[in-house]
Amino acid sequence: MRISLFVPCFVDQLTPQVGLATAQVLRRLGHTVEFRSEQTCCGQPSFNSGQWDVAREGARHALKVFRGSEVVVGPSGSCVAMMRNFYPQLFKGQPEEAEANDLAQRTFEFAEFLVKKLGVTDVGTKFSHKVTYHDGCHALRELRLKEEPRQLLRAVKGLELIETEEGESCCGFGGLFSAKFPMISTAMVQVKGGALVRTGAEFVVSSDPSCLLQIGGWLSREGKPIRPLHLSQVLANEAS
Amino acid sequence: MSSRENILGRIREALQVKAPQPHLQAPLTPTNHPPQGKEWLPDGGESLTESLAILEGQLAKLKTVLVRVPNETLAVEAVKLLSQEKGWKQVAYQGHPLVTPIAQSLACQTWQADADFNKQKLEQCDVSLTSCETIVAQLGSILVSSQTSGGRALSVLPPAHVVIARTSQVVPDLADAIGQIKERYGQKLPSMLSFITGPSRTGDIERILVLGAHGPKELFLVLIDG
Amino acid sequence: MSDPKAIFLKDASVSTADGDQRAFIRKALGGYYVNRDLQKARFRSWEKARDAASMAKWSAVNDLGNQLEKFVGNFEKNGGVVHWAQDAAEAREIILKIAADAKAKAIIKSKCMTSEEIHLNDALAKAGYGVVESDLGEFIQQLRGEAPYHFVFPCMHVKREAISELFTKHLGTAPTNSPEELTMIARRHLRQLYVDADIGISGANFLVAETGQISITENEGNARLTTALPKIHIALAGIEKVVKNLDDLAILLPMLATAGAGQPMTCYNTLYSGPRQKGECDGPEQFHLVLLDNGRTRLLADPEQRDALHCIRCGACLNVCPIFKNIGGLAYGTTYQGPIGSVITPHLRGLKQWNHLSGASSLCGACTDACPVRIDLHHHLLHNRRNAVKTNPTLFDRVFHFGFNFVIQRPKLFAFGGKVFRTTLPLLKKLPLPYLSAWLKTRDLPTPPSQSFRAQWKDQNHE
Ligand code: SF4
Repeated sequence: MRISLFVPCFVDQLTPQVGLATAQVLRRLGHTVEFRSEQTCCGQPSFNSGQWDVAREGARHALKVFRGSEVVVGPSGSCVAMMRNFYPQLFKGQPEEAEANDLAQRTFEFAEFLVKKLGVTDVGTKFSHKVTYHDGCHALRELRLKEEPRQLLRAVKGLELIETEEGESCCGFGGLFSAKFPMISTAMVQVKGGALVRTGAEFVVSSDPSCLLQIGGWLSREGKPIRPLHLSQVLANEAS
Repeated sequence: MSSRENILGRIREALQVKAPQPHLQAPLTPTNHPPQGKEWLPDGGESLTESLAILEGQLAKLKTVLVRVPNETLAVEAVKLLSQEKGWKQVAYQGHPLVTPIAQSLACQTWQADADFNKQKLEQCDVSLTSCETIVAQLGSILVSSQTSGGRALSVLPPAHVVIARTSQVVPDLADAIGQIKERYGQKLPSMLSFITGPSRTGDIERILVLGAHGPKELFLVLIDG
Repeated sequence: MSDPKAIFLKDASVSTADGDQRAFIRKALGGYYVNRDLQKARFRSWEKARDAASMAKWSAVNDLGNQLEKFVGNFEKNGGVVHWAQDAAEAREIILKIAADAKAKAIIKSKCMTSEEIHLNDALAKAGYGVVESDLGEFIQQLRGEAPYHFVFPCMHVKREAISELFTKHLGTAPTNSPEELTMIARRHLRQLYVDADIGISGANFLVAETGQISITENEGNARLTTALPKIHIALAGIEKVVKNLDDLAILLPMLATAGAGQPMTCYNTLYSGPRQKGECDGPEQFHLVLLDNGRTRLLADPEQRDALHCIRCGACLNVCPIFKNIGGLAYGTTYQGPIGSVITPHLRGLKQWNHLSGASSLCGACTDACPVRIDLHHHLLHNRRNAVKTNPTLFDRVFHFGFNFVIQRPKLFAFGGKVFRTTLPLLKKLPLPYLSAWLKTRDLPTPPSQSFRAQWKDQNHE
């Protein structure tokens, strides 16, 4: 399968290793991975801020970039939810409506793609650490992915998965919300982060790099021992 | 224009644009609508035996004390014992073939509250004895009404409430109870129908359960076979 | 300071800084989650029951005019009197007039959020009536002179010590730390008030069109007493409370109890169809119902968000909401707190002043999953944000997003901008920049890589 990688804008600029790991896992499974370099951002920050008219301009660019692609895979539940669930709304009644619906159907979140589309749960890796998993709300509730990332993690040799209290609680990122209402966002990450720390895990794994920005940013500021890691980074680890 | 006309006018105008149906998990079928939807609610049992078993479980969880007796004579004995144990002195009761004989056999001051109702006097009573309309196994609810349970206040003002009923009054679920009410009363409904599910309770202080907030602290169901 | 947004920001800053109080709220809700899950598991299909419940409300709300008229016809046939109120002022006037005509003195109230919405207690007190809230939580909030914190659990934020002090001060009772004893103090205090009151005021959870009954759900028995002992019963309800059939309650009542409080059924679910009937030994001589619009028809006119009128006020969306749990109920400054409040308040009170509530959400969607009648709550927050931009765009936001979208349509500019951002980040961190400073106050950013993903990809793949 020819897979078009969607790399979220902040991953491109701040955590490129997530994008690289995603490509690595997909290639190892024998697929062709392309990165269309004109891509930038899905437009979610503006969409979530209610600026649907400007967001549509940005999103139109994404539609254009992925025109003709076979499947689009993104290591971010949030961006994929934007393209899958919200593009059809954003372009409703617009000339691009059909194209948006079409792209929505062939865009997948990384864990979802592996498990549901490729039928792969064991990518043959080893990661001898205690990890806990954070469900990004978009993956959990917009894309209804809960078991998929866990299936992948359970198949990793040496990995011990510990569930948290506050399992389905939001980390408080919420895009610009985190900066527009920083006190609320911080209170939320205190609750979520506190629960993650209490698991005693070495890593908090998630398929949402934006949540990891929030959780990791707070853990680092508070000097907590647990470190953020994207699911693709765990799976990209070579089995030795 | 009156307020009524204004509001109704605004409603009709607003509804000219149709709203989409809710995002349902399963596509709509004719059976999605209540009461058919009852098949998705908690189970009320297929037979009387099943229903009674479910009822017992529910009542226990809700802290309604169930007293099962085989016949009316033993019902009298059961309530007598209860009354001695609790030390009830003033008993208000509803005039009813199931209730009156029991009330009158008690060695306390008894008063038929629905014969000459007096709210001050009722407030002084320790317990009320009433019958009920129906008992819902699914939820452990007892349906009382203003017509067949001695009015509105009798079943809720005193600190304890004893309901006397027969097992034949048990129905599996809420939909059944509602169906029965419609059949029994048609257009002439009692002015009050109340599903009582356990003794009065509150969690208003730190979400800690306390029984007997304003209504009865104790609720007893004396269930006579047959 | 009268700008609701400024007040909200200030209050939320205070409440989120109070870690003890936030932990107290989480702990208080702990038992709720356990019981809710236990009760949900008894449903043979909770999800399908949600379908049925949402359809029951959908079909009534989308036929509201006819269903209301049918309801009113039946209600009047049973001997009740219906009053229509377009807004809060009209509703207050109606109730004041009933009280004046009856030469009432003492009024007892059972829990009624609609009465909070129209600020009824103030109006009654000003007119000289003694008004007492009988629901324990509402009673405590009335003594505290504070609005309810949660529309189902009004005083869940108050610790028992504070309640004890409050009772000592107002009722002269001895201090105690036992919730049981505190509850009994209120019980003893209120009993004679029910007996003495001339008027009982209640809310209504459902109006049944088929039979003309109103349905009231409660746990304490205070509504039962409020509607049994006084000569006059006045119920106040929003027009959206209608359901078509009595059968609908077979689904809605258990779901309300399970979603809202983790109970199989609330303790008292009572249907009232009129004043005392012939052959009944007690009950009020008059039964009035005030039907309130107060902005509901505005919400009805928005088909996209019309389902917000399906709300059965169970409170489930508050109980799972991380915003609610962290800022607390009072910070909202609204009658209805939590997600549903953030959705409907802009419709009831004005989008311009209240759209910040829709912004104050991470859109996590826990509310939507919790809602027994499937209201699309978190998406409506998005819709409110969009509508607010349409009607009241703020210049900063417009410029910011226009700029952002200008950049993301130009890959080269985006790559360049990213590079500038990464290389100057150490400097940017020191500047008082919007958003960035707010982030950095409590959180770090990863050390930016020297090369972006796109640059590394290009190198590695020689594209
Ligand atoms: S919106 Fe839904 S969950 Fe929230 S109070 Fe209303 S019915 Fe309950």
